[in-house]
Amino acid sequence: MTDILMPALSPTMEEGILAKWFVKAGDTVKSGDVIAEIETDKATMEVEAVDEGVVSEILVAEGTEGVKVNTPIARLGEEGGAPAKAEPAKAEPAKPETPKEAPKAGPETPRNAPARAEDSGKKPAPSATTHDGGGQRIFASPLARRLAEQKGIDLSAVSGSGPHGRIVKADIDAARPGQAKAPPAATAAPSAAPAPREHRSLEQMGIPAGSYDLIPLDGMRKTVARRMTDSFRDVPHFPLTVDVELDELLAARTKINALLEKQGVKVSVNDLVLKAAAVALMRVPEANASYTPEGIAMHHHADIAMAVAVPGGLITPIIRACETKGLAQIATEAKDLAERARSKKLKPEEFQGGTFSVSNLGMFGIKTFSSIINEPQGAILSVGAGEKRPIVRGDKIEIATVMSVTLTCDHRVVDGATGARWLAAFKPLLEDPITLIV
Amino acid sequence: MDFDVIVIGSGPGGYVTAIRSSQLGFKTAIVERTELGGVCLNWGCIPTKALLKSGEVYEQLDHLKDYGLSVEKRGFDFDAVVQRSRKVAAQLNSGVAFLMKKHKVEVVEGAARLEKGKDAPTVVVGDRKLTAKHVILATGARARTLPAIGLEPDGERVWTYREALVPKAAPKSLVVIGSGAIGMEFASFYRALGSDVTVVEMMPRILPVEDEEVSKAAHKAFEKRGIKFRVPANVRKLSKSKTGVSLEIEAGGKAEILSADVAIVAVGIVGNVEDMGLEALGVKIEKTHVVTDGHGATGVPGLYAIGDVAGPPWLAHKASHEGVHCIEHIAGEAPTNLSAPIPGCTYTTPQIASVGLTEAQAKEKGLEPKVGRFPFRVNGKAIAAGETEGFVKTVFDGRTGALVGAHMIGAEVTEMIQGFALAMTLEATEAELHATVFPHPTMSEAMHEASLDAYGKVLHI
Repeated sequence: MTDILMPALSPTMEEGILAKWFVKAGDTVKSGDVIAEIETDKATMEVEAVDEGVVSEILVAEGTEGVKVNTPIARLGEEGGAPAKAEPAKAEPAKPETPKEAPKAGPETPRNAPARAEDSGKKPAPSATTHDGGGQRIFASPLARRLAEQKGIDLSAVSGSGPHGRIVKADIDAARPGQAKAPPAATAAPSAAPAPREHRSLEQMGIPAGSYDLIPLDGMRKTVARRMTDSFRDVPHFPLTVDVELDELLAARTKINALLEKQGVKVSVNDLVLKAAAVALMRVPEANASYTPEGIAMHHHADIAMAVAVPGGLITPIIRACETKGLAQIATEAKDLAERARSKKLKPEEFQGGTFSVSNLGMFGIKTFSSIINEPQGAILSVGAGEKRPIVRGDKIEIATVMSVTLTCDHRVVDGATGARWLAAFKPLLEDPITLIV
Repeated sequence: MDFDVIVIGSGPGGYVTAIRSSQLGFKTAIVERTELGGVCLNWGCIPTKALLKSGEVYEQLDHLKDYGLSVEKRGFDFDAVVQRSRKVAAQLNSGVAFLMKKHKVEVVEGAARLEKGKDAPTVVVGDRKLTAKHVILATGARARTLPAIGLEPDGERVWTYREALVPKAAPKSLVVIGSGAIGMEFASFYRALGSDVTVVEMMPRILPVEDEEVSKAAHKAFEKRGIKFRVPANVRKLSKSKTGVSLEIEAGGKAEILSADVAIVAVGIVGNVEDMGLEALGVKIEKTHVVTDGHGATGVPGLYAIGDVAGPPWLAHKASHEGVHCIEHIAGEAPTNLSAPIPGCTYTTPQIASVGLTEAQAKEKGLEPKVGRFPFRVNGKAIAAGETEGFVKTVFDGRTGALVGAHMIGAEVTEMIQGFALAMTLEATEAELHATVFPHPTMSEAMHEASLDAYGKVLHI
């Protein structure tokens, strides 16, 4: 009898939605069979069976939200084995399994709790992990164990910062109240939790119940809300805007696309913006940087994240080392990433990370906007619509195709002059696109 | 780029950093203006231990009768005692040279100056200009002097640790200004060889950083050995004559003049931050020490500082620990924990060793400490060895059971303190200390008993 555990699809995943079961109790599965679909903050992944056997019990129902990583979600028996109901100790979904060998009675359960969160976090393999039920040892210092016990914190939900991932006192001190075990222990020290921002209901704010429909928050909405709030609150933002003349670029794009027609590749203005941004980042490396408490991280490559609107939110897949790639490759990759983003088929490593972002709302006719920094990146470029505008050349008014772009900078790492230098490097790359190939 | 890493200063901070740097694959150089090994090996930790051993053995002769032994004629050759200490220092000094060679660290002799450079400051030694990606300052510290009131070494009548290590003869009478570890070690050594020793301390008790109970016990033990104290006392002025020194002090509202052949100045440490061009580079210096972040970075790109020059505690093992952390952090490795407690040892007779918080500090932190004590007087091994002076004291956080401090005075305690340091680094609670088996018969059993005593479970009392 083995438990199938809620897998971690990314190193940072803490919980997810069990979106769909493809098997039911009594089904025979073999290694590699797709058994369920898990939805996380940013992606939907299929869970494959690792072992073979008969599904004896589904422990977490389809559509359940907030299923913690490593919670048993189903139980697998051997073929022809006894049905699960005969099992004396039935594990409940949200609780660590009862240890088989308890060296000390009492509240030391975490010691033998199932796999540690960060263990499975390290390997983002989208397959269900199983274990023998004997429990894996959680490495934690004696003091950390005692503090966790006193505060009612589940050690299996804490990642360790000590040697070899050992949980030490500092990790328990930093553990969030969310990591506290459910009742009754959590009530022991509620005062330790930092006071969250007071939540007022819509009713309290004058919008009567029944006058609206409530759409539940899915993983992506929660992540967007959390990350944007954190960034907007904690990162000192400022925008810098310049106008870029596009006529040369549009002409060049027509030529390029004529050349690429046979390959079936079509380069968009946005692809050219991605390429120009990458080249400008190489010329002004100070803008390709992240603020950390230890120092400024100067990134070696321009890994450009492009914001893609998807149903229910947005996601930022990344073109890695964009400065090294040709336009045809960028166009192909960008198209593929955007398509898979919309069908929620991106792998975590395809949308996590990135050193700079580009967000384009030109297709909606937006003239200028300033995006919120995508942490930990130092800057994000907001691209407006290209449109014919009157411009003053010498003493004459002429018509040109102009696009306004705004660079939002994290002032902790990209100062005004740095951002301005980046824009000064970026603008001529688009206005005279032949320079892109130098 | 000549090197990946240049370490300036080859004391226990610098040379250990250089070895680790080389192990991590960095092309490494070390700059030293005097002797490899720095103060620790040449003028500090090591040669003083050699002197103290001579003193300790000599003093043991007083107690031969207790052990059923006798000796016909006792005496010492002061020159030979000093020469042994110098030989020990020389041996370790050449040991560092060997280690540098073995680890392919280039040794550059001379004083270093820093100039503005590309990735890191350029290191100028003589007419060589050396460039590196990372420069680590490990220039150490030296004795604080106060020339305004005469506390300045002249090599004859007024000594710092440096002169006190290589005197021509043991002074008949000696006044030691400052009762920290350095002051007390010299007081202990010269007293063992028969000098008339008086120690003057400004703070209310001797060994002021130690736990108050240990301080008191040490005071009594030293007095029993014939060391005299003026505590607390303010030093007004030190004046010299041809035959000796006289020290004007004020103790308990009364002025007093102490006369002696020699005075030893041990009133603290100042960082070696001068003549390197640090100010011009914009290095932040506070109270003679370089200001650094949690990983040794000075804020000047590519420049780091570790060990004594980066601030207290001024201990060799702290310097090595910081240096290894710094270079591992530079290499992007998960560095060793810097918050590990740093033990301190004083090699007097009796020895003193401690780690973590004193009982008073634990109270100040609001910890509701649980305190345990166990005297060597009832420890079997101590009785057998005739070393029954002293005790072990443990301080636990009453709420969590974490061991937060340990304090010992007695024979061999400097060799035992690492047991408590290990326990604290592993975040042990009383449960692990109680569950650990201590071998019998050893003085370390007193560590076990002191841990038990804090929880009312002491066995042998």
